Formats: sequence, C-alpha cells, structure tokens
Amino acid sequence: MRPAGLEVDFAALAAPLPMHRGRTDADGWSACARHIAEAGGRLVSLWGSDTSRDEPYVAAAYASAEGLLWVEFELDRAAPAYPDIARLFPAAGRMQRALFDLLGFRAEQAIDVRPWLRHAAWPEDVFPLRRDFDPARRFPAAGDAYPFVTVEGDGVHEIAVGPVHAGIIEPGHFRFSVVGEKVLRLEQRLGYKHKGIERRFIGMDLGQGAQLAGRVSGDSTVAYAWAFAMAAETLAGVEPPPRALWLRALLLERERVANHLGDLGALGNDAAFGFALARFSGLREDWLRDNGEAFGHRLLMDRICPGGVACELDAAGRERLLARADAATGELARMRRIFDEHAGLQDRFVTTGRVTPALAAQLGLCGLAGRASGQAFDLRADFPWPPYDRLAVRKCGHHNGDVAARVELRFDELFESLRLIRALLVGLPDGPLRSELALPALASGAGWVEGWRGEVFVALDSDAHGRIARCHCHDPSWQNWPLLEHAVIGNIVPDFPLINKSFNLSYSGQDL
Amino acid sequence: MWRILREVARHRRVSEALPEPACEWQREGQRIQHEILRVLGRALAIREVDAGSCNGCELEIHALNNPYYNLEGAGIRFVASPRHADLLLVTGPVSRHMETALRRTYEATPAPKLVVAVGDCGCDGGIFGEQSYASCGGVARVIPVDVAITGCPPAPIDLMRGILAAVTARPPD
Ligand code: SF4
Repeated sequence: MRPAGLEVDFAALAAPLPMHRGRTDADGWSACARHIAEAGGRLVSLWGSDTSRDEPYVAAAYASAEGLLWVEFELDRAAPAYPDIARLFPAAGRMQRALFDLLGFRAEQAIDVRPWLRHAAWPEDVFPLRRDFDPARRFPAAGDAYPFVTVEGDGVHEIAVGPVHAGIIEPGHFRFSVVGEKVLRLEQRLGYKHKGIERRFIGMDLGQGAQLAGRVSGDSTVAYAWAFAMAAETLAGVEPPPRALWLRALLLERERVANHLGDLGALGNDAAFGFALARFSGLREDWLRDNGEAFGHRLLMDRICPGGVACELDAAGRERLLARADAATGELARMRRIFDEHAGLQDRFVTTGRVTPALAAQLGLCGLAGRASGQAFDLRADFPWPPYDRLAVRKCGHHNGDVAARVELRFDELFESLRLIRALLVGLPDGPLRSELALPALASGAGWVEGWRGEVFVALDSDAHGRIARCHCHDPSWQNWPLLEHAVIGNIVPDFPLINKSFNLSYSGQDL
Repeated sequence: MWRILREVARHRRVSEALPEPACEWQREGQRIQHEILRVLGRALAIREVDAGSCNGCELEIHALNNPYYNLEGAGIRFVASPRHADLLLVTGPVSRHMETALRRTYEATPAPKLVVAVGDCGCDGGIFGEQSYASCGGVARVIPVDVAITGCPPAPIDLMRGILAAVTARPPD
C-alpha cells in the first residue's frame, strides 16, 4: 500500500492491528516525517539495529489514520547518519540521543546532541548495540559531567534532587530553577536505571525474550508481554487461539485497574488525604491477591507467552473475579463521591500541573496523560484488535489537562475496565490456550498494545537461527517525560510530587 | 465528612498477624543484629533504595504499607534519608549508573546497619544477568548484604519475613 502523499510502498504486517512496513532512503525518510506530521500523525518510536541484517538500519514508527507505519532506511556502515526528525516531532529528541548512545547513529543537524542514556558506564566512542561490541567487556567509569541548562536572573536558585529520592520510587535526577517557591524550569536527567536490556535481548530465544520483555517495566508487564508476543506472532504468521486472546485482554484490564487503584491512593495521600491511601491500597491488595489465586502471580508476570497464554481460569475463579468486579464498582463509586466532595483535595488537584491540549498535541503527549489533555487516542478503540473488536471500548477523555483531569480519567477508565472485565469473563470462549510458534529466520514483526500508561510498542527481528537479532521495546514514558517538565512550570515546588504522581511515568521503561 | 466516616465504619480491621521470621535466609554478616536489637528494641527505620529494578519489586514493597500488612503497625517505618535508617532495603540489579549512588547511600547510613537485598535481581542480577557493560549484577557485588530475599518479585509476606529475619536476634543455626 502507498499512503496518500507518500512516495514509499508499505507492506502490511500479518498483525491484528493495522501495521505496515516500508523502506526508503534519506530523502524519503524526511519526506515521510513531514507528510505524517502535516497529516496530524504521531511519532510512536524511533530505533535502529546493527545486528538484524547485513547493513545497519534506522527506523521510526508513526501512528497515522491508516494504523502504524514503520519507516526504515539502510545506513552507511562507515558513517551511519540520518536526517533529524525532532524538529517535526519534539519527542524524537531524546530517542535520537539514546540511539546515538547505544548505536552511534547520528541525527544530522539535531539541536541537542548531549548523551541521554549514557552516563559514566561506557565511553562515548563505544556503542553497546553494535554487532562488533564485545558483551564481556567492562569499562572503567568515565567522566560524567552533564551540561544542564542553567537559568539566570535575580533571586533564581537551583534545587537538585535525586537520583535517590525520598520515597519508594525509581531513581532519576530533577533540577529545578526556582524563584521563591515557584518553579521557572525543570530539567530531567534519566538513564540511571539503564541496565543493558536491549543488548541482553540479542541472541535470546523466544521464551527468554518474553520473560525479559515482561520486565522492562514491572507495572506494565502484561502490556509488554502482549506486545512482545504479538511481535513474535506477526513475525511467524501465527494466530493465538480465541480463548488465549480473551484471557490476555482480561489480564491487561486487570493490570490497568491495579495501577489506577495504586495511583489514586497515592494521589490522595500526596494531597494529605491518608484515608484514600488506606482504602485504595487495600482495594489494590484484594485485587492482587485475586490475581495470585486465579492466575498464579500477583503482578501477572509471565502469564502471556508467544502463541498464547500460560494460565487458565476455571469456573470458580471466574465467579470470584466477577463478584470482585461488582464489589469494586460499588466501592469506587463511593470513593469517587468522597473525592469529588472533598474541598481540600479538589483545591490541590484543580489547575495544578496543567498541560493544555495545544501543548500536548505539539509535543506528542500520549496515553492516559494525553487523553486527559484532549489527545483522544486509545488503540483499543481506534484499532480494536481481537477481542476488543467485540467489546466496543468507550474512549475516555478530558480537556483540562490538570491533576484533577488525570484523576478523573483514572476513575473513568477504572469503571470502563471493570465493565470490560465483566464482559470478558462472561463471554470467555472455550478452547485451547496456545498455538505452536517458532521464529522463522531473518524476519521482522511488531506488537502494539494500549497499556495502562499508554501505547507500548515492540519491534522484533529474528536472526538466521530463529533467535532474537534485535528487540526494541518502547515505553510511552519517552513521549510523556518531557511534558512533565512543562507541566510544573509556574507551580510551586511542593506540588511537584503530586504532579509527578499524576503522570506516574516509568523510569525503568525508558532507561532500558 | 460523614461519607468518609461511613466508609471507615464499613470496613473491619484487616491487618493480619506478622509471619514467622525466615531465619533460614540469614547470611554471614548478620553479626550486628544483636546490637541493633539491643540499641533499637523493635522499632526499625528502613531506607528503600531502587538501584536499577524493573519497579516490580517496588510495587510489592509499597504493599507493605497497605492495611493488610500494616508494617508501620509493627514499628517498622520507611524513612526519607539514609541518615535516619537502620536498614537499607535494596532492589537491583545494581545498574552501573546507580553504583556510586548506592555506595554513597550505604556510607551515609549510620552503623550498625543492615542491608537486605530484594528480589531475584537484587540477589544475583536475575533476568538481567550477572554482570554487563551496564549492570553490576546483585547488590552484594557493591555493598555487603545481610539477608537476600528471592522472588520475582517477592510477595509482601516474603519481604516481611526477610526484614524480620534481618532484625531477629536469633543467630543463624
Ligand atoms: S526481581 Fe523481578 S520484579 Fe524485582 S526487579 Fe527483578 S525482574 Fe523486577
């Protein structure tokens, strides 16, 4: 197929969502980016590989009206470079910097060329994802002076926090420029959790790969496991049996509910309403215990495998989960009323940490936070793949883009997920749980799933022996972290934890 | 307000009894536990350090504060600074980018101090491997570890058993 206005032919991947892959050259690369930006498309991910085929390649995945477009072009091994797309898609900036850190592919004429994932662990002329990289090699700690942007002016001072934070949260560094209590600017520095996940994938078999994908970001293990499985199935041309797909959706919605419950409790707590934490963390615990009993893992890790699922649900489990979904719906309705009527909470939530729809569109805010700022994208509703094609998912949305909107949206999505869970439990078809699957040699596949935080994307290339040549996992946090920098401008420093929590972005998922 | 009170009244107390300490998980290096108990009684301040986890372990550590496990009810608190901590609860694998921060946190913790490594990754690097260009592997490769709790992630009940093992005065058999 050839999307209107593009000079590139795309071939459809054998995937349950519309995904197309096309090859081009440097000019085509830029032209595609321009056309897709003008047509209102979004950048989903940007990555590269030196281990998949004879020549290295750089690739971008865009979301367009036609579905996902995977645009790829071959690079010159001697001087691997590609035209910058961050001017069109600002979210590409950090991805391009990471691509250089890991593969040494240079974005020509990029504005910001500071390292992103690389701190001190390896030198700047070594690229861990290159085919000639020796995984046994260790490097002495290199210098680590990161050039932060400084703000000058009367009474401006800096507050630096992290990488180790005060609470039980992931490490990252935040540098605030403030006047009095007011934040003028926030600059993030991430990459502290970089543990070499993408290098680790290379050479793994499918089973190991599925396990690793499920540990890119622990709170989204189901979304990653499904996206990875979808990529493998697309690559192999295999369809999982219907019962497996229904169970996968059940697990994905259960993951969404568990995370929203945790976040609502923490958001209440950050606004000094401890009762919310007690109630929501209790509800979450009930929910996780049900996971453990019904599926054998509280966080649902390793329940989805390439070809199907590795869990079963019996009639008694089904009844229990149905009863819990009903009970939770009632509890949540009461809790929502308490939130709505609590003047202190609303005072902290309303207008705090605001991202306007215009800014969200310009910078590519996605997922849950995007929907709270008028970016009405949800793969489950936009490109409903089985079993969502039978469930008519209601897309939730809001326009205010403040903490209050992100709280509202979590409640809305909770009720919708509980409805979906009931429908999935009632309609669960009988049948086998898994199809046989082996990776064919030298092929590519992709997976695209709406996780609780946003769209998770996986690109997978196999090698000549049917093992993993390259697996790229993309977390929606890549798009959303830069927006957090904007959301805090003009707010007071003590509101930062609340604003941060309302986004609840993944460090591990973007540090890889 | 009456809605909140009604909601409070609707639920009975759910906190469950403490589990038995998992003394079989004790390791060499538990020499200071008698001292901790002598000095601190049973009150314990924990500083959690995420040194590179997938965040799954943190989710279960969070659960320790829910009303079911009610860790604070047992006199065990999470504190914001290593300087106030008796025990470091560390998830891993330790990324090389967190190696220095972890070491500094350990140094900033006043002696006597205990270290509990959490999860398969904290024990030996788990799925992320023993060592790589970006990862140091398990916590014990960077700082001394007293108790190591396996699991991916360990369930809250196992976390409690491991923490209690670290502070229980009973010497390893
Ligand atoms: S032990 Fe499991 S849950 Fe914990 S950090 Fe490692 S992979 Fe994540």
